[in-house]
Amino acid sequence: MSERFTKSAARNIFYGGTAFFLLLFIALSIHTHLYIVNSSTDQATLTPSVAQGKQVWEHNACINCHSLLGEGAYFAPELGNVWVRYGGREHPEGARMGLKAWMRAQPTGVPGRRQMPQFNLSEQELDNLIDFLEWVSRIDTQGWPPNTAG
Amino acid sequence: MKYSTQKLAYPYFIAALALFLVQVLAGVLAGSVYTLPNLLAESLPFHIIRMIHTNALLIWLLLGYFGAAYFLIPEESERDIHSPKIAWLQLFIFVFAALAAVVSYLMGIHEGREFLEQPLWVKVLLVVAFLLFLYNVSMTVLKGRKTVVSTVLLLGMWGAALLFLFAFYNPDNLALDKMYWWYVVHLWVEGIWELIMASMLAFLLIKMTGVDREVIEKWLYVIVGLALFSGLLGTGHHYYWIGTPGYWQWIGSLFSILEVLPFFAMVLWCFHMVYRSGRNHPNKAAMLWTLGCPVMAFFGAGVWGLMHSFSFINFYSHGTQITAAHGHMAFYGAYVMLNLAFFTYALPQLRSVQPYNQVLNMWGFWVMTASMAFMTFTLTFAGVLQTHLQRVVGMGFMEIQQQLDLFYWMRLLSGIVFVAGAILYIYAALGPTKNQVSSSPNLQPTHK
Repeated sequence: MSERFTKSAARNIFYGGTAFFLLLFIALSIHTHLYIVNSSTDQATLTPSVAQGKQVWEHNACINCHSLLGEGAYFAPELGNVWVRYGGREHPEGARMGLKAWMRAQPTGVPGRRQMPQFNLSEQELDNLIDFLEWVSRIDTQGWPPNTAG
Repeated sequence: MKYSTQKLAYPYFIAALALFLVQVLAGVLAGSVYTLPNLLAESLPFHIIRMIHTNALLIWLLLGYFGAAYFLIPEESERDIHSPKIAWLQLFIFVFAALAAVVSYLMGIHEGREFLEQPLWVKVLLVVAFLLFLYNVSMTVLKGRKTVVSTVLLLGMWGAALLFLFAFYNPDNLALDKMYWWYVVHLWVEGIWELIMASMLAFLLIKMTGVDREVIEKWLYVIVGLALFSGLLGTGHHYYWIGTPGYWQWIGSLFSILEVLPFFAMVLWCFHMVYRSGRNHPNKAAMLWTLGCPVMAFFGAGVWGLMHSFSFINFYSHGTQITAAHGHMAFYGAYVMLNLAFFTYALPQLRSVQPYNQVLNMWGFWVMTASMAFMTFTLTFAGVLQTHLQRVVGMGFMEIQQQLDLFYWMRLLSGIVFVAGAILYIYAALGPTKNQVSSSPNLQPTHK
């Protein structure tokens, strides 16, 4: 068997198979891209404020403590559904005030509790960030996370 | 060592090991913050420490690959590296960019996508250095003998550089951002990096076992084939819950099973070749690392990856400490051990000494490997508990974390032991050589 399976056969399988799976991956990627833009996310409400909020999120590297849709550092709570956890679906104004108050109160300084730094966000930045988190909470994530604990 | 330009690998390996030390020290610091949360909370917050921990890892692994390429390409191509000057310039730019990134992180200057936090100009410098490398090595290969080892290594390096270009594409739509972010992250470590890994292992096997190159290279094709056939669509296991279509749950689950195969094949390949050769290579430490690397990669990347990549399991385990457990052993087993194996093989030649400090080096192997295994177990237990309490019971995140305290203390302990192992290794690899025997044959002591 190993005599019939030659090096050039192995090479042909490698290049041919890779080309096949690469093309398949590219085709599925194109479909996925269109699905995200047209179905799973609300492109119409992706306002400049949401985009600004994403920049606030990145500028402060929130992902290096928190997770967002399950990806991040697992050191601090999941924020993909923080809007829902704060009751934003029923009481958007209450959730907004709650989130702002929480971020302004950091760090808590409670001994033995993980500390979130004070990022000194302006009122504008806080609103942008919360708009972003609200927008993220409406992405169709196939039902994830299992509950509001995130 | 037959070609003088192979010496270029030496400064790359020293820089890599220095950053390895930075990485593991940052890791211990991050582990300390887990157990003593108020530590450095204001002066050096967790997110900065973690950024240094992960970025230093990526940079030193790349430095290791560059150095390994400069070491093995001349032997494969049977000619010197095209331009040693470019290699030095590349090293200078790359290390400068890495140091600049660390300093800017300490000052709170960074971008905000995980692992891609480097400021834009640092990213550009990294690409420039990468292009210098690709030019230099491709020219050498094109002008010299072409082997499968050097072809696969070049494919891996070119692929890594091309995929990194997606780091410059950051759409406002978070779901799109995440989709293309995985092009860099997944297609690197579960795709194109496996080409680099397999070709470096192939070189080590050819040199140390003396088995016919034809046989080793045939199986090299099989392994990198398995890696890409499974790894490309295996990206699907990251496309479950980020706004991507439901069919990825089927594709991701199926191809995750297949992703174990290249690692399993590497284990069989390495052990079979060593068994078949029956030759006793004097560098026993390098042999130990070469065999240990695929084994730990099989468990860390293969088994621990598969454990939580079925979509119906991942629905509960996604984004818990289980991911952290998998990440640690996968990176250690696959890419850290790969580089340490190569350094162990090449450094004695680069320093013109007999394989030396073998016992110390092998102690480093066992201390690091055992402590990493222990760390993985503690994080796995923590992750299982967290998954149950958070995803099934629905308890709050911060409340659960207090329940995991014991595991975090054990993780910190294993991290400290790991650093001790790393220091042993670095001392064995770069430490004093004055009592060593020169590798020049006529200086060898004659017994009896």
